[in-house]
Amino acid sequence: MTTHRSTTATLDPHDFLAIDSLLSDEERDIRDVVRSFVRDHVVPNVGQWFEDGRIPRELPRELGKLGVLGMHLDGYGCAGASATAYGLACLELEAGDSGVRSLVSVQGSLAMYAIHRWGSEEQKQEWLPRMAAGEAVGCFGLTEPDSGSDPGSMRTSARRDGDDWILRGQKMWITNGSIADVAVVWARTDEGVRGFVVPKGTKGFTTNDIHSKLSLRASVTSELVFDEVRLPSSAMLPGATSLRGPLSCLNEARYGIVWGAAGAARACYESALDYSTTRVQFGKPIASFQLQQQKLATMALEVNRATLLALHLGRLKDEGTLRTEHVSMGKLGNVNAALDVARTARQVLGANGITLEYPVIRHMNNLESVVTYEGTADVHSLVIGGAVTGIQAFR
Amino acid sequence: MTNIVVLVKQVPDTYSERKLSDSDHTLDRESADAVIDEINERSVEEALKIKEAGEGEVTVLSVGPDRATDAIRKALSMGADKAIHVSDESLHGSDMVATAKVIAAALGKVDSYDLVIAGNEASDGRGGAIPAMLAELLGVPQLTHARQVTVEGTSIKVDRETEDGITHVEASLPAVVSVTEKINEPRYPSFKGIMAAKKKPVETLTVADLGVDAGEVGLGSAWSTVLEASPKPPRTAGQRVEDEGDGGSKVAEYLVGQKLI
Repeated sequence: MTTHRSTTATLDPHDFLAIDSLLSDEERDIRDVVRSFVRDHVVPNVGQWFEDGRIPRELPRELGKLGVLGMHLDGYGCAGASATAYGLACLELEAGDSGVRSLVSVQGSLAMYAIHRWGSEEQKQEWLPRMAAGEAVGCFGLTEPDSGSDPGSMRTSARRDGDDWILRGQKMWITNGSIADVAVVWARTDEGVRGFVVPKGTKGFTTNDIHSKLSLRASVTSELVFDEVRLPSSAMLPGATSLRGPLSCLNEARYGIVWGAAGAARACYESALDYSTTRVQFGKPIASFQLQQQKLATMALEVNRATLLALHLGRLKDEGTLRTEHVSMGKLGNVNAALDVARTARQVLGANGITLEYPVIRHMNNLESVVTYEGTADVHSLVIGGAVTGIQAFR
Repeated sequence: MTNIVVLVKQVPDTYSERKLSDSDHTLDRESADAVIDEINERSVEEALKIKEAGEGEVTVLSVGPDRATDAIRKALSMGADKAIHVSDESLHGSDMVATAKVIAAALGKVDSYDLVIAGNEASDGRGGAIPAMLAELLGVPQLTHARQVTVEGTSIKVDRETEDGITHVEASLPAVVSVTEKINEPRYPSFKGIMAAKKKPVETLTVADLGVDAGEVGLGSAWSTVLEASPKPPRTAGQRVEDEGDGGSKVAEYLVGQKLI
């Protein structure tokens, strides 16, 4: 395992701005472990997973053993790492594949975070240790077929029936849906928007996978259907009574995406750098040509800028001063930058760039999902626009 | 209760360019990323497995410059309990004999040990003699090149694998074991392990603390001197066999000649 100790004394093409020197030993150690895991377990196989449109069933347990699931949460078998360390893990995971990072984000930042933040002590005890270990997989149901950027328009509802709740409705585009042992589902109630913990196998709860995706193929995406699902009162998350509940979770997950996008960009840049220095045309490596060097320089710039932005947000989050508007800027900027890097790298690789032999088109296609899920780039622009003008454009 | 000491060495990453310094032909540590030797990750793993199977404590012992703390921290984050780091300018350029003496002296600082686990050879110097020298200095049995280790009470059984075959050897503790890369697959440090590592005790000692005379160690006292070093010439093209109907036999002859079949 390589521990880079970049300094400005030598220039490292893989860490141009010596961002490593801004990390603590502990942060570097955590990053290195995730990087080795991705190198050993993800990179050699993920092309095939993408081709087959599946994610291996044992992966959650392996990730649990590694400790990344809910790693930034305290107690209940979670590691209690810093937000920055969690971000570095997301970066390394997404340098492998956005689908793998999505699994971890949904498990840790959406499902586990929801239970950790808004759940009862019993719910935490029941689910969090198993979820941290990867023995139980979680999913998070907020988006619906007709309710995306405007979650307030959700139709899924829950009504009281004696002590029980009756949940009915439909959720869509749910990562981990059909492989999940537990779903955290948001529904409108007479008491506002509330969250429910719905175990797999609960009567009336079914899932259907979404097939024919051309993006995030190494990730399960499902529809969740709730047909008059009876839940005990203990299934309700007691802490959340409004959209603030699910939105707080999304903010956590978006924070991980800010880092993850920098990872996907790095993988594409590194692939293009390697390819351009070994691919010979006109008697010399294509990296000798000014047009390629310009591409490489731009990609290196974007990767470094994205990583610095992510690190800055990480430091703010660890200080407790990170705002949702900051996260919007990070997600907007980094995912767009990563898409540009991926498309540019794709061209450097020529025809080889369209195959799964190389990571770039896989990242490129994945990022087309990443740019619109967890808040579209457009909505994040409007959040930033609202913050700088004081005028909300969509509310 | 098995007290295990694992010998850990920080080496230049095998992925980076490794070279000797121009001035004194010792390892140029600045030119390469420094990592815990891969074989030592396996040594630590074996110690942890023995500890987890029963009861015990795992102490990491490393002789090396200040930045060897990174290698020590890696071993601690995998799950070792504490560490001893012998760091002293005077050790620069020490040969294996001096290194073994220093390690033996440092083991005197451990309350008690039942087992010392080392890698069979470091990936930089590739001397491979430290475990044997150490056992000799300590006056304890040496069980080298282990591909399997079993500790039962106060005895240890080892499958020792060399080019000639596998030997089953047994000794009573305390003993020195060296492991080969077939011994196990090392675990990844867990995040909790990484975060706990910095709180684990690391005792840093100088040569004087060990009661070793600084004149006995270092480049000046080494029994051998590197006069010159040059990189290996690049590989030449392979041997070409013309198939005149006997290609199969010629290939087989070549493989037999290389002891591959």
